[in-house]
Amino acid sequence: MSAEHGTPERSVVEIKSLTKTFPRGHVTALQEIDLDLRAGEFVSLIGPSGCGKSTLLRVIGDLIEPTAGSVTVNGKTAKRARADHDYGIVFQDAVLFDWRSVSKNIGLPLELLGWDRARRKARVEEMLELVELTSFADHNPWQLSGGMQQRVAIARALAFEPALLLMDEPFGALDEMTRERLNLELLSIWQQLRSTVVFVTHSISEAVFLSTRVVVMSPRPGRIAGIVDVDLPYPRTVETREAPRYFELVTQVRELLRSRGEHLLPEEEAALAE
Amino acid sequence: MSAYARQARDWVPAAAVFVLAIVVWDGSIAAFHIQQFLLPKPTSIVSSFWNERHTLWPAGWTTFQEALGGFVGGSLFGMFVATVVGRFKIVGTALMPIAIAANAIPIIAFAPIFNVWFNPLSPHSKMAISGVLCFLPVMVNTLRGLQSASPRQIELMRSYAASDLEIWRRVRVPTALPFVFTSLKVASVLAMIGAVVGEYFGGSFNALGVLIRSKAQVFQFETAWAGILVASLLGIALYAAVAVTERFVVRWAPETRDS
Repeated sequence: MSAEHGTPERSVVEIKSLTKTFPRGHVTALQEIDLDLRAGEFVSLIGPSGCGKSTLLRVIGDLIEPTAGSVTVNGKTAKRARADHDYGIVFQDAVLFDWRSVSKNIGLPLELLGWDRARRKARVEEMLELVELTSFADHNPWQLSGGMQQRVAIARALAFEPALLLMDEPFGALDEMTRERLNLELLSIWQQLRSTVVFVTHSISEAVFLSTRVVVMSPRPGRIAGIVDVDLPYPRTVETREAPRYFELVTQVRELLRSRGEHLLPEEEAALAE
Repeated sequence: MSAYARQARDWVPAAAVFVLAIVVWDGSIAAFHIQQFLLPKPTSIVSSFWNERHTLWPAGWTTFQEALGGFVGGSLFGMFVATVVGRFKIVGTALMPIAIAANAIPIIAFAPIFNVWFNPLSPHSKMAISGVLCFLPVMVNTLRGLQSASPRQIELMRSYAASDLEIWRRVRVPTALPFVFTSLKVASVLAMIGAVVGEYFGGSFNALGVLIRSKAQVFQFETAWAGILVASLLGIALYAAVAVTERFVVRWAPETRDS
C-alpha cells in the first residue's frame, strides 16, 4: 500500500530553499522552505494563519510565483507541471459552476483536456461512483449540501487522474460531523487511487488522522517548525481517533505549534486549542 | 396544486388591482364630471382602439421596428464595447469615467439633433436615438458582469492551464449573462421610449409618436390614448420577449429558479 511511508520512493514534490515575499507591506510569507514529498504520501500542512501554508500550496501549483528557490513537481518545473495537468486542486469552498450540472462540473477539466464526449461521460460516471453521488449527476450545484458540493469538487480534481492532489482547507467550512465523514471518505479514495496529497488545514486532529506526515509551520516569517511522522496504521477508522498513539501524536503536533507560538495572537492560540 | 395553478394564483392580486383601477377611473369620470379631453373613459379608449385599428397597428409596427432596430444595434454595440474594455484594461481606464458621465446626460434631449443628422422621415433617426439610449446601460452592466467573475473560479481554471479565451468563454461570459439580461430588460423599455419621443420631433406620418401628437392637437384624445395603449402593449411585448429569452438562457440564476 502506498501508505508505507519512509520507504525511499520517487519524489513528487521537491521544494528547495523556497522564499516568497509579497512586495506590498514587505511580508515574508515563506522563508527558506525545504520539503520533499514522496509518491503516495499524504502530507498535511498545519499552522496558524499567516504561516504561509496556503501560499506554499499555491506555489506548488504554480498559481503564485516564488521569489527565490525552486519547486519541482514530478521532476518538472511547477509551471510545466501545471501545463501538463499534473495536479488537481480543491479549495475551501467547492468553487462549482452554477451554470453546469454536477456531471458537467466534474467533466470540466476533461473538456479542457479535449476528451471526447463518450470518454468524458464514462470517466464522470466513475468519479460520481467514487464520491457516491451517482443519483445527483443531473442536479444543479446549489441543490446540494455543503458536504456534497465538496465531494463534487474532489471528484472534479481527481477526474483526470493527476499524480498530485492539492487541498486548501477543503473541509474547513463544514460542520464537525460532515468533516469527519469526509475525512474517512477522502482516505478511502486516496487508498484506491494512490495519489499524493498535500492537505492544508488548521485542525490538529484532522491533520493527524489523515496524514502520513504532518508539517507544522510557524508564522512571520512562514517556516517549517517541525515534521511529525504519523505511524498510525491504515486503514484508519473511527477507532483510530480513540487510540492512545493518536492522542500522543496530537499532543506532539500541538507542542510543536506552541514551541514556535510566541508570535501567536490570542485568537490563533484559541483556534489551535480546540 | 400544479405549478400552473400556483402561477395563476400568483397573478390574482395584480389582476384584481388592475380591474379595480379601471373601475375607479371609470367611476371618477362620472362622479367628478371630468372632461373627456382631460381623461377619456376607458370604454371610449377601447372602442377607439378597435375602430382605429387599421391606422393604429401599422403605426405601431413602424415604431416597433424602429425601437427594435435601436435595441438590437445599441445593445450589441454595448456588449461589444464592454468586451473590448474588459479585455484591455487601459481602454477601460480611459473610457469608463466618460461613459459614466455620459450616462447622466438626458440623451432624449438629442432627439431633434438626431432628426437633423439622419433624415427625420427615415426610421434610422429613431433607431439612432433608441440605440444610444440602449447602449449605455447594456455596456456598463455587461462590463460589470464580465468583471464579477469569481477569483476562485479563475484560479481553478488557471490550475487547469486554461487560456484567457477559455476563461472568458467558460467563466466570464456565463457570470456576465444575468447582468446582461437585467440591462437588456431596461434597454427594451428605453428603446420604445426613444422611438416614440423621437417621432414627437417629426417623422413619417405612419408612426405612433406622430399619430399621438397630431391626434392630441386636433382634440381626438381617445385616439391619442389608444395610440399610447398600442405603444404600451408593444413595449410590454418587447420586454416579455427579453424576459422569456432570459429564462431559457440563464436557467441557473437564483432569481429565475422558482419564480
